[in-house]
Amino acid sequence: MPIQNIASAAIPNTPLARGHAVPWSERLRSPAAARLYVIAALLILWEIFARFIVDPLFSAPPSQVFGNMGALLARPGVVEALMLTLGELAAAFVLAILIGLVIGLAVGSTRFSKRAFFPVLMMLYGIPQVTILPILILTFGIGPMSKIVFGVTHGMFPVIIATVASMNNLKPIFRTSAWAMGASRWQTFRYVLLPHMVPGFFTGLRLAMSGVLIGVLLGELYASSKGIGHFTQMFSDNFDQVNLLGIVLIVAAIAMVFNAIVRRVELYFSRWRA
Amino acid sequence: MSRSSLLDKLLVLLTWVVCLLLIYWAWREATGEGGVSITLLPAPDAVFKELGHILSTGAFIEPWEVTFYECVMAFSWAASVGLALGYVISRSTYLVQVFEPLLASLFTVPMVLFFPLCVLYFGLGPNSKIVFGFSVAFFPIVLAAISGFASVESGFVQAARSMGATRWQMFHLVLVPAAFPVVLSGLRMGAVLTFLSVLGSETLGSLEGLGHAIHNASMDMNPAEMYAYIIIVIVIAALLNLSLGVIEAIGNRRYGVTEGE
Repeated sequence: MPIQNIASAAIPNTPLARGHAVPWSERLRSPAAARLYVIAALLILWEIFARFIVDPLFSAPPSQVFGNMGALLARPGVVEALMLTLGELAAAFVLAILIGLVIGLAVGSTRFSKRAFFPVLMMLYGIPQVTILPILILTFGIGPMSKIVFGVTHGMFPVIIATVASMNNLKPIFRTSAWAMGASRWQTFRYVLLPHMVPGFFTGLRLAMSGVLIGVLLGELYASSKGIGHFTQMFSDNFDQVNLLGIVLIVAAIAMVFNAIVRRVELYFSRWRA
Repeated sequence: MSRSSLLDKLLVLLTWVVCLLLIYWAWREATGEGGVSITLLPAPDAVFKELGHILSTGAFIEPWEVTFYECVMAFSWAASVGLALGYVISRSTYLVQVFEPLLASLFTVPMVLFFPLCVLYFGLGPNSKIVFGFSVAFFPIVLAAISGFASVESGFVQAARSMGATRWQMFHLVLVPAAFPVVLSGLRMGAVLTFLSVLGSETLGSLEGLGHAIHNASMDMNPAEMYAYIIIVIVIAALLNLSLGVIEAIGNRRYGVTEGE
């Protein structure tokens, strides 16, 4: 996806990137500073709305939400719930990668298997998976297992598709020249195919991470006995806005960090292309 | 060449048929005597009978109308606000630098976290689904609009300007066709995400709609009905994907400028 490209392409012209001493007047007008103003303005708007306009039963000002974070984390069970959800995310992500990689390598290995099974996989990927959530809850119960499985069903398809697609992107000339120079099958795989798969594969991992986040959190919100879904349900049933917004923001921040890590890894492994 | 590719196609078709038969056989065997509990997986005949019942009585029409209405509303809002905002931002490099990273990082937040808040503010009715669908579909659309309109080759723009194009001509003869493929793929992603998030939110908390029908059947311990509705939703999703693909192809052929031309 070319969405991220323009931002990075536009940066070198800013004075900050050149590394000279930059006058403060220019620093205050830099895009990074302006971004902070936008965030600050949004927070101030939220504060005004929550304090003076909206019914306090339905909203809470950010000052209270952030001030309450310590108390929220000190509540019995909240840290455990966050850790449990993190564990579900990690387990689902690892399983999605392993299963996706195995299926992807199997499907992408020959032309026939790709033509026979890739369209089927694409069709399965297009199915709204939330429809099977009730089945998973019935089968695996309302514990962590059903969330992990649901996260895996969301995360494995991007891995499969990225693996198959990146196996096919290899230019035939590379394979031919490797063969002409007498490379064995393993050498061709290890030194030609594998390095070529890396960037596409990590793009798949990034999509898998967002899929796993959606799957696990959706499962949590649908039915949960111990994870964060349990607390969001309780807080919203009790109109406890301060705590509800607090826990939602914590999980959102965790999600952003996870995504940022995978994105960094992707950039790191695709740098040889540039 | 043509003979071998025909053979290839036949082989592929054959594998599909064999796979389907295997699945059906496994399903029948698993639900037979001493098999999986009927509350987890009902027999295929029961599911298809229920499906026929739902289709013949038209019981699926009412929930489908609700879901359809929510999807259309959510997508129109997301598309109009996303495209307008994206276009405005894309007109200035500075604005792109300020807003693009902000929107891109918000896109990584799983919006489903905010669904309880949507229900709180907008109730269990269609409005909370529309707002939720909007909040999910908005980001890919606005990001695609920014990236599409901002990365129009400056040669095109300069050429048009030096030939004396008016603002309107510049917009509809240069910018729109050049940005079209990227914007369209963003809209397509937005449409798919709208459908998924509306269904998801209906499953999480609602009073009507297809997602609610599935959830309700599962709560009633009526697995045959649940599977029947799942089949209906899958068919609708497949049709949606197919028609979106066709629309994208037609749109690109008629209005779009593709690279390398």
